[in-house]
Amino acid sequence: MSEMILEMKNILKIYPNGIVANEHVNFSVKKGEIHALLGENGAGKSTLMKVLFGIERQEEGEIYHKGEKIEINSPHEAIARNIGMVHQHFMLVPSLTVAENIILGVEPKKNKIFTDMDEAVRISKDIAQQYNFDIDVTAKIEDIPVGTKQQVEILKALYRGADILILDEPTAVLTPQETKELFEQLRKLKDKGHTIIFISHKLDEIKAICDRLTIMRNGKSKGTYETKDTSTEEMSRLMVGRDVFLTFDKEKSQPKETVLKVRNLCHINAVGTKKLNKVSFDLKTGEILGIAGVEGNGQSELFSVLTGLIDSYSGSVKILDKEAKEMKIKDIRDLGVSYIPEDRMIYGCAEDMDILHNLISDKFDKEEFSSKYMLKKKDIEKYASKMIEDYNIKAGSYKQNVSMLSGGNIQKVVVAREFSAKPTIILANQPTRGIDVGAAEFIRKKLIELSREENCAVLLISADLNEVFELSDRLAVMYKGEFSGSFTDVKNVTEEELGKYMLGVEKDEELEGITYE
Amino acid sequence: MNRDTKFNVIRTTISILIALGISFVIIFLISEEPLEAIKQMITGPISRKRLFGNVIELTIPLIFTGLGVSIMFSAMQINLASEGAFHIGGVVAAVVALNLPMPGFIHPYVAILFAGLVGALFTFIPAILKIKTTANEIVSSLMLNYIALFFANYILNYYLRDPGAGSVASFPLPASSKLTSIISGTNIHIGLIIALLFTAGAYIFLYKSKMGYMIRVAGQNEDFARFSGIDILKVILISQIIGGFIAGMGGGIQLLGLYRRFTWTALLGYGWDAIIVATLSKNNPLYVPISAFFLAYIRIGADIMSRSTDVTPEIVSITQGTIIILIVAKQFLAKYKHKMVAKEAKSNIDAEGVE
Repeated sequence: MSEMILEMKNILKIYPNGIVANEHVNFSVKKGEIHALLGENGAGKSTLMKVLFGIERQEEGEIYHKGEKIEINSPHEAIARNIGMVHQHFMLVPSLTVAENIILGVEPKKNKIFTDMDEAVRISKDIAQQYNFDIDVTAKIEDIPVGTKQQVEILKALYRGADILILDEPTAVLTPQETKELFEQLRKLKDKGHTIIFISHKLDEIKAICDRLTIMRNGKSKGTYETKDTSTEEMSRLMVGRDVFLTFDKEKSQPKETVLKVRNLCHINAVGTKKLNKVSFDLKTGEILGIAGVEGNGQSELFSVLTGLIDSYSGSVKILDKEAKEMKIKDIRDLGVSYIPEDRMIYGCAEDMDILHNLISDKFDKEEFSSKYMLKKKDIEKYASKMIEDYNIKAGSYKQNVSMLSGGNIQKVVVAREFSAKPTIILANQPTRGIDVGAAEFIRKKLIELSREENCAVLLISADLNEVFELSDRLAVMYKGEFSGSFTDVKNVTEEELGKYMLGVEKDEELEGITYE
Repeated sequence: MNRDTKFNVIRTTISILIALGISFVIIFLISEEPLEAIKQMITGPISRKRLFGNVIELTIPLIFTGLGVSIMFSAMQINLASEGAFHIGGVVAAVVALNLPMPGFIHPYVAILFAGLVGALFTFIPAILKIKTTANEIVSSLMLNYIALFFANYILNYYLRDPGAGSVASFPLPASSKLTSIISGTNIHIGLIIALLFTAGAYIFLYKSKMGYMIRVAGQNEDFARFSGIDILKVILISQIIGGFIAGMGGGIQLLGLYRRFTWTALLGYGWDAIIVATLSKNNPLYVPISAFFLAYIRIGADIMSRSTDVTPEIVSITQGTIIILIVAKQFLAKYKHKMVAKEAKSNIDAEGVE
């Protein structure tokens, strides 16, 4: 009992939309260990930690800190208990310096009124040195790399006195090399007596750094194990609920006619940053072209240009021989292009409308579903029922609001709409991010099916390396708005190799096979 | 009825009850005869046919502006120019009634049609400003209402004014232009039937037509609508033009149904009230007549109360304000809803456990 610094007992958390994120979960952490919280996306790991950090309030269950029962109603109270959290999406002010971010909210004062900036810099330097972080504390956040931003987040928590540190998927945004560096620092923190909770779904990382692990699946705890006694196979079985690692048997691609031809595409965004630099590639029907890369290296901008959301670019983008710039979004869609947007809640659905209304947004004006002015209610309802069945959308009926569905099912609604439009080209941007493994597998299978059987051309932008490896026939890597590498023999590419291109350590000037010329 | 609709009904009802409760408490605090006052307010409107007639007469303009606002708000176009459109509709109807002699069976309807067209033109201004210059329609429409008022004053003073009338008023509207009264002993006119027809029409437009679908999707999530290939500019234009048309018509109908002369020298407020009506009915045209009736009822009730007791009719503003605050406050009863949801989810877990 006493060796546990933290215990969460019987935690039940239900979200306002009715989703049960934690179903009577037990979780306990020993002092001075690195404890992994392992599970697929949507398993309830982040929610459990949000309850611990006071961001969410549990319906039932207790939290014990050093044996004492505590109530945590806000992050302030958590910080007062020396609990710190580094969120998946950084909570930093980009226009401020590292030191300013570290002291934000607990500023050292001059004459009790003014912030003492010199002191702030001194404190920040001290704390960075103390924990062996090599950071220029006077640099602005917007100018430093992602890995360093994460270190700032960790320092922020340490400055607030955290001895229990929660890291929510810290490696998701890091390159393999940055990950290594992070692990070094975490080990040092552990040596200094800090307790670390490490949220992840990457087994090799957990093997590498964690002492114990708790596995979550579908909102439930599947037990706590010693890392050294647990094989990765066992971990994955407990996590995914089946023994196989997914690999798809896909036939060899048979590329046919070129439908997307991009040459020397450059785009400078509204604040003058060059987001795309001389990007060229071809896409043919019957194949899947994967674009890997750490997020934020121009993938979103590329997607926006191809979909018609951005029309300020130089170079040429020919969709079925027509220049994208000269077309409206509607015209591009009418050519037979379907999209899976990166952010489904912004571009993929209207959450306060029902499933039926979300399924027809791109096709309500087609002859099938409407006359000159009116919607054909019966036909639309028939179509919606069919989609719910075909795409296995778990919902009471098509009258249910989208906001009531789980992430995976919302994504299935998006996919059902887009795939049922009989597309020639599918542009998929992070199609399976943040959804359960079943839905993800379903969507991946569909993408392969469409490219092989329906002769679709698929462009897959993804930060999920497994996904890119599994699906792509050809593969390109994006780094700082350019292609830094390309592969035509995807099966023989290693993660290490890909990592180098993702990080910009290596750059391939030839980019063989990226176009068909 | 699904969980959301059920919750909304409960929430609206509770909001109304709380608001009435607060108003009653205030009446108890300020009045010498609170029970009599409350009784007058609640039962006054149904105590006599003429008084109930007043409720319906007030309901009619509220339905028109309420429908107009509902359509614009459904598209998330917060165009507040229905007030001005209503006013300008009234003056246009007066101009047509006084200057274009026609037989009685067609005269008022031509006037109303023109009122609607000019109303549409009026709400079109904030829409086109938004499209061409990205000017926020809330600000421009708000300012335009005063232009409508003073434009109408100008027309009245220079073109319509009857020098023989005791106050500022137009020449008498010809009998051929008046809307027929449909219930004897009241002033309820044929405008009521037109209002109900337009309610049905607005509902069919918004919920059954292609354009209505585009309006609602764009109103719920503009980015999603644009990404789906929906023409946002068209939505911005059409929703506001139709909204202005209906509000303008309402102005014409109000004038030709209840007035002998055009006498409007100040804004009448039906456009503002329409925001309450639209909020109460969640922008669904089918609920607009009900909300309009409710609002009219408490207004007339408060009037009757003030005539026979020592309570002023402004008390009803407190009621209205409280209702709106409670309805738009997202957190109000959010905990209750969460409990409702949590209970359902928990019983599902338990049910699974048994299997």
